[in-house]
Amino acid sequence: MSSDRDTILAGVRAALAPLAARAPLPDWDRDLVRVRTLQPAADPWARFAARLTAVNGTPLTAVADLVALLEKNQWRRGYCDPALWPQFQGAFPAHFTVETAFDRTRVDDYDFGLTAAAGAIAETGTLILTDRGTSSRLAALAPWVHIAVLRREQIYADISAALAALPDDPNVIWVTGPSKTADVEGILIEGVHGPGVQVALLQ
Amino acid sequence: MAQQLIDQFAARLPADRRAAVYQSTKTTHEKRTAMLFDQFAEPHRLRALAGGIKQHVLENLDTLLPAVEAKLQANGAQVHWAATAEAACAAVLRIMQARGATKLVKAKTMVSEEIALEHFLAAHGIEALETDLGEFIVQLDHDRPSHIVRPIIHKNRREIAQSFERHGLGAYDDDPQTITRRARQFLRQKYLQADVGLTGANFVSVESGRLVLVTNEGNSRFSLAAPKCHIALVGIEKLVPRDRDLGLLLNLLARSATAQQLTVYTEFITGPKAATQPDGPEELHVIFVDNGRTDVLASECRAILRCIRCGACMNVCPVYRQASGHAYRSVYPGPVGAVLSPLLAGKKFPELADLPKASSLCGACHEVCPVDIPIPDLLLRLRDQGKRAGAPLAAAGTPPMGAWALLASQPAAWKAALLGGKIINYLPTKLLPVPPLRAWEKSRTLPEWRGGEFRRWLRHRTTP
Repeated sequence: MSSDRDTILAGVRAALAPLAARAPLPDWDRDLVRVRTLQPAADPWARFAARLTAVNGTPLTAVADLVALLEKNQWRRGYCDPALWPQFQGAFPAHFTVETAFDRTRVDDYDFGLTAAAGAIAETGTLILTDRGTSSRLAALAPWVHIAVLRREQIYADISAALAALPDDPNVIWVTGPSKTADVEGILIEGVHGPGVQVALLQ
Repeated sequence: MAQQLIDQFAARLPADRRAAVYQSTKTTHEKRTAMLFDQFAEPHRLRALAGGIKQHVLENLDTLLPAVEAKLQANGAQVHWAATAEAACAAVLRIMQARGATKLVKAKTMVSEEIALEHFLAAHGIEALETDLGEFIVQLDHDRPSHIVRPIIHKNRREIAQSFERHGLGAYDDDPQTITRRARQFLRQKYLQADVGLTGANFVSVESGRLVLVTNEGNSRFSLAAPKCHIALVGIEKLVPRDRDLGLLLNLLARSATAQQLTVYTEFITGPKAATQPDGPEELHVIFVDNGRTDVLASECRAILRCIRCGACMNVCPVYRQASGHAYRSVYPGPVGAVLSPLLAGKKFPELADLPKASSLCGACHEVCPVDIPIPDLLLRLRDQGKRAGAPLAAAGTPPMGAWALLASQPAAWKAALLGGKIINYLPTKLLPVPPLRAWEKSRTLPEWRGGEFRRWLRHRTTP
């Protein structure tokens, strides 16, 4: 493999050698990509919630509303991050089956997965998940409903702010609404490989 | 008369298919434009900046590539290099064999199409399954994608439903919701059984060594949640200097490709999974692929390597809208493909030398390009290259210009011809036995010959 490395780098050097000057790296002001039509709301959560709704996500502020949503749709089997379990244990009705370990041999036995968000982006309605903060990648992805638990102070104003504060984590994922496709005749369908319902629950 | 290959493809395209491609590219283009100009004060400035950043990357790859390699290795990734398509395929196979792996799930990667990986792995007994819904359907049908963002823009739901029925994915049902649910159920088992998740990378930050992947369906995420090994095939041009530059490029990519603010899943990967994480890869392999790119870098057309694969140029292109993607006979269709495919073809350049002519040079592709690639200029350069190389396809459909060139390069002969041309004013041209002229004159009138008058005017003009 080292020979391929040498071949490629030698090829690159030879290709660039005739250039009299190299193109400089342009600097740019991050205000340029701030969305002008979205007025900054006084409350970051209100702004985030509006954008999440715009991408068909579900912002919730009360555990009771979450339970009502799950109950209404008969989504009663789920997964809960063990670290969040003490906090939610009392909230779920007795006829719910909630596990704190995700069994990958039974991915279809879970209607919902509840995990912690590492942050959010108000401008885009995006939830930020990290590898160290999410108790299971699969539990946040495979069930039909994903609930990310978010705190108000974790909300960044925009993409540039979130990029500037990218956590030191091997895997950071930005989730903007439910999984979707328009591959079949351009018709929007939600819930392709990931969740069909994406909830952000404010704590 | 359809003398060019692309015209012949377009002529064979069924009318309903052409209408579908036309309508959906047009809709996407209009949404993209409305969103970009509504939300940003200076979209063209953003395109120029993004183009400048990518051009900087290209012209500094000699230092940026070793820098990103060091960063990736420090982050815990294993870095491989592949000069050719064969070397890239072999690298994937070697990694799989070292792990005793036999099953691979693949999130959308154009490089894997370019190197024909699926075919190669199949020959070695390895199943490489596409997970993007469109690519999955293409794979079932042994078809080829016809758009880089919308692989099955050329198919309708009835064909897809028939194909699902044939492959045992359920009785005929052409509801897109049902089609999607069936693919969901089928593919999630495949992710869980797979040994390796293969992806491309939309960007790689030199500053942090983060690989950036975007998908809407969540297939790349699933490919990195279930399997224990991640292989990323990355073209050597995919680098960006700093994390903050992603702010510009991600904003432009999602809007240009699908008129979204952000793609649903944007993933930043620096290495194998965290120790506390139960799911995901224990190994991350990054394969940097050249496969003709250094030759493109050495050419006058190097700006085409800025491309971030959004598909906006094909959505706006009047030729693509009429001909659809298969007419380009290569992995990359549309205006970007008309430049990139012949260049990446290497020795097979003459076989694709007609593609640079598949353009009216209207400039719409340049105007929408999020990295400001002057595609029409590059097309002209390649037309020239094709002609100089004497590629027959480069001349197909073009009248012989030798006599004209001879005339135009002799000033005296040119002047005489311009004056002599007046004779045409006295000829009954409508009666001349020249079929193309007669066909042309059927609905038009030949204007009066005024050859030489411009020169006379120029010589005697009085400056105001």
